[in-house]
Amino acid sequence: MSARTMQAHPAGEHEAEAAIQHGGSGMPTALLGMLLFIASEVMFFGGLFATYFNARATTPGVWGPPEGAHELDIALAGALTVVLVASSFTMQFGVWAIRRGDTGKLKMWTAITLALGVLFLMGQLYDYSQLGFGIADGVFGTTFYTLTGFHGAHVFGGAVGLTIILARTLRGQFSAKNHVAVEAVSMYWHFVDVVWIGVFSTIYLLR
Amino acid sequence: MATTTLEPRAGAYRRSWVIDWLTTVDHKKIGILYIVNSFLFFFAAGILALLIRTELAVPGMQFLDQDTYNQAFTMHGTIMLFLFIIPALSGFGNYIVPLQLGAPDMAFPRINALSFWLLPLGGGLIFSGYLFGGAAAEGWTAYAPLTSDQYAPGVGTDLWVIGLTLVGTASILGAVNFIATIFKMRAPGMTLFRMPIFVWTVLVTAVLILLATPVLTAGLIALFIDRNYGGSFFDPSVGGNPILWQHIFWFFGHPEVYIVILPAMGVVSEILPVFSRKPLFGYRAFVFATVGIGLLSFSVWAHHMFTTGSVFLPFFSFMTALIAIPTGIKMFNWLGTLWRGKLMFTTPMLFALGFLSMFLIGGISGVMLASPPIDFHVQDTYFVVAHLHYVFFGGSVFGVFAATYYWFPKMFGRKLNEPLGKIHFWIHFIGFNLAFFPMHQLGLSGMPRRIGDYSPDAGWTILNLVSTVGAFMIAVSIIPFLINVIATFINGEPAGDDPWEGNTLEWATTSPPPAYNFDRLPPIHSERPLFFLTHGHGHAAERPEDLEEEPIAEEKAGDIERREDPLV
Ligand code: HEM
Ligand SMILES: [Cu+2]
Repeated sequence: MSARTMQAHPAGEHEAEAAIQHGGSGMPTALLGMLLFIASEVMFFGGLFATYFNARATTPGVWGPPEGAHELDIALAGALTVVLVASSFTMQFGVWAIRRGDTGKLKMWTAITLALGVLFLMGQLYDYSQLGFGIADGVFGTTFYTLTGFHGAHVFGGAVGLTIILARTLRGQFSAKNHVAVEAVSMYWHFVDVVWIGVFSTIYLLR
Repeated sequence: MATTTLEPRAGAYRRSWVIDWLTTVDHKKIGILYIVNSFLFFFAAGILALLIRTELAVPGMQFLDQDTYNQAFTMHGTIMLFLFIIPALSGFGNYIVPLQLGAPDMAFPRINALSFWLLPLGGGLIFSGYLFGGAAAEGWTAYAPLTSDQYAPGVGTDLWVIGLTLVGTASILGAVNFIATIFKMRAPGMTLFRMPIFVWTVLVTAVLILLATPVLTAGLIALFIDRNYGGSFFDPSVGGNPILWQHIFWFFGHPEVYIVILPAMGVVSEILPVFSRKPLFGYRAFVFATVGIGLLSFSVWAHHMFTTGSVFLPFFSFMTALIAIPTGIKMFNWLGTLWRGKLMFTTPMLFALGFLSMFLIGGISGVMLASPPIDFHVQDTYFVVAHLHYVFFGGSVFGVFAATYYWFPKMFGRKLNEPLGKIHFWIHFIGFNLAFFPMHQLGLSGMPRRIGDYSPDAGWTILNLVSTVGAFMIAVSIIPFLINVIATFINGEPAGDDPWEGNTLEWATTSPPPAYNFDRLPPIHSERPLFFLTHGHGHAAERPEDLEEEPIAEEKAGDIERREDPLV
C-alpha cells in the first residue's frame, strides 16, 4: 500500500461525521430497494395500460366483451375491490402494530390480510370462469385478461410475501426495531392495491 | 495490506475456486464475471457479423440463404446490444462504482449475483433457437407483424422473447442495486457533487433502465400472448395494432441507446482528465447535461417512426434536435479538458480519443436522421446501419476497450502491454472506419439494410467489398488484444496501486483490492480526492499535522451490516 492512502485529513472530520449522519438517516436501504422496484413495476403496468388504451382508441364500434358473451360482472368486481382495499388497511394495522412492538397484533393482521388476498384471487378466478369469453376472443378479451391477469399474478406474489412474513412472525423474528421486511411487503401490497383501483376504474368504470 | 482482518471466515474452510466464483456475491468478482461473459457474447456476435459481411462482400448468395441471413443479423444485433454492450458496461459499473464511492460492496450483494446469472441463462435461451429449427429472424426490433405466429412460426422467436425478458429483468434488478448503492453506500465526505463522473453516468443509466426496460417487458409479454395464446395486441385482422409494438419498443428503445452510451461517456470522462493531467472541464455542466439527456430520452422515441405516418413529426424532430444541446455541452467538456493538457497517449487514452471522434461522426449522422425530410430518404438503408455502428461501436465499444485497458491493472494487478495495446487500437480504428464509413455512401445510394444479396448492377459492390475488408481487420485487431491479455496474466508488468496517477478512490487501494475494498480512505474534498493527495495544492500531503492515520478498516469490514438501518 502506498503511503499516501494512509493519510487522513482532520479538517474533513466534521464533514465526514455530517456525511455519516446524513447517510445513516432516511430510508433503510432495503426499503429504498423496494421503492425502486415498485417504480419499475409502475412502468410495467404503464406499458400494459398503454396497450389497453391504444386498443380501446383504435377499435371501431362498441368496446366490450365479444358478442354473445356475458357482460362484465361489475358487482363482483366491486366486491373484490372492497376486499382488496380492506386488505390494505389490515396490512397497515399490522405495520403500526409492529412499530409499537406488538408481535401478537402483527400476526393477526398479517393473517387477515393474507386471507383477504386469497379471497380476492379466488373471486377473480370465479369471475373468469363465468365470463364466457377468453383471451383469444378479440382485442378486448386480450387486453382484459392481460391486465387483470398480471395484476392477479402480482397479488399472488404479494400473498407469497405475506406468507413469508407470517412464518417469520411465528418464529418471532420481528421487533419494533427490526422489521424492515414487514415494511417492504406492506409497501408492495399497497402498490398492488393501487394498481387494482386503476384496473377497476379503467376496465369497469370508464366503459 | 491487512486483508486477513477483513475476512472473518478466511482460513476457516477452503472451497475450490470454481465454487468460489459460482457462488460469489463480491461485487468485484461479479463485475469480472459480467465482463468475461460479455466478451464471450461479443465474440459470438462478432462471428455472426463476419458471416454477414462475408455474404455481402460480393453480389449473390454464397453460403447463407435468406432465412439464415435474417437470423444472423437478428442474433447479431440482439446479442451485441443486450448481452455484450449493456452487460459489459454494467460489469465495469459493478467493479468500479463501489470502489469509486469508497464503499465495501454493492447495496444488495445477493441480488447482484442473481442479476448476473440471469444473463448467461437469457443469452443461452436466445441462442438456443439455433438448435430448435432456427433462431429469431425479425431483426432486433422485432416489428409486428413479422413476429406473428403466422410469419414466424418457429420456436426461435419465443425463445428470443423469453430470453430477452430474463435479460431485461436482470438489468432492472441491477439498476435497483446501482441506485441504492449510490444513494446509500457513499463514503463519508462523498457528497453527490463529489461523485466521480462515471458514477453519475451509471446513476442516470440505472434510472433509465429502471423506467424504460419494464415497458419492453410489457411489450414482450404482449407479444408472447399474441403468439402463444391467441392474443390480438398486434394483429390488425382481429382489432390489434402493429404500430403499437413500435411505440412500445421505441419507448424503451430510445432510452436504451442512452443506456448503451452514457456509461461509456462516463468512462471517457474518467480517462481524459487523468491523461491530460487536468480536472474534467466543467464537472457540473457535465452532470446536468447527463441528467438532461436522461430526461429528454423519454420524449423522442417516435423519431424511429417518422415514416409510419402515424406520429407528429415536428414535435419528435424538435425534441430530438434538443438532445444535441446537452451532447454538445459534453463535447465542450471533453475538448476543454484536453485543451492545453499534458496529454499522454496511452492505450486507454487512444481508445477514449477514438470514442470522441467516432461518436462525433455518429452524432452528426444522428442529427441528420432527426430531420424527417432526410430520414424519409434514408430510413432502413445502410445510412442507418452506418449511424448506429458509429454510436454503438465507435462510441460504446471503444468505451469498453478504453475501460478495459484503464482498469485492467486495478482488477488484476498487472498492466496490459502498451505496444500491443497500441497495435490493437490502430488496426481496430482503421478497420472500423473501413467497415462502416462506406456504409454512409451505400445508404445514400439506396442500399437497403437487412438484405443478404444485391444486384451486381447496383454499383454497390466495391464499397461492400471495402466494408468487408474492414470487418476482417476489426477481427484481426482482436488477436493482439487476446495475446496481450494472456501474456499479461503470465508475465505482465506489476501495476502497483495507482499506475496512472488517477484521481478517484479506486486507485487508493491495492490492485486488486482486498475483500471489502479499503483499509483506509483518504479524505474526500472534491471529485478528485487522490489528485489533491498527490499534487498538494495546500492539501493533505503538505501539512505534517494532516498525516495522522484514520484507521477505519474494522468498521469497513462490517459495513454492509452496519450501514443498514437498525430496522433491518
Ligand atoms: C465486427 C464488428 C461489426 C460488424 C462487421 C457489423 C456489421 C453489421 C452489419 C453489416 C449489419 C447490417 C445487417 C443488415 O442490415 O443486413 C449490422 C447490424 C447491426 N449491428 Fe453490427 N456489426 C459489428 C458490430 C456491432 C456492434 C459492436 C454492435 C452494438 C454494440 C452492433 C449492433 C448492430 C445492430 C443493433 C444491428 C441492427 C440489426 C438489425 O437490423 O436488426 N454491431 N451489423
Ligand atoms: Cu432513438
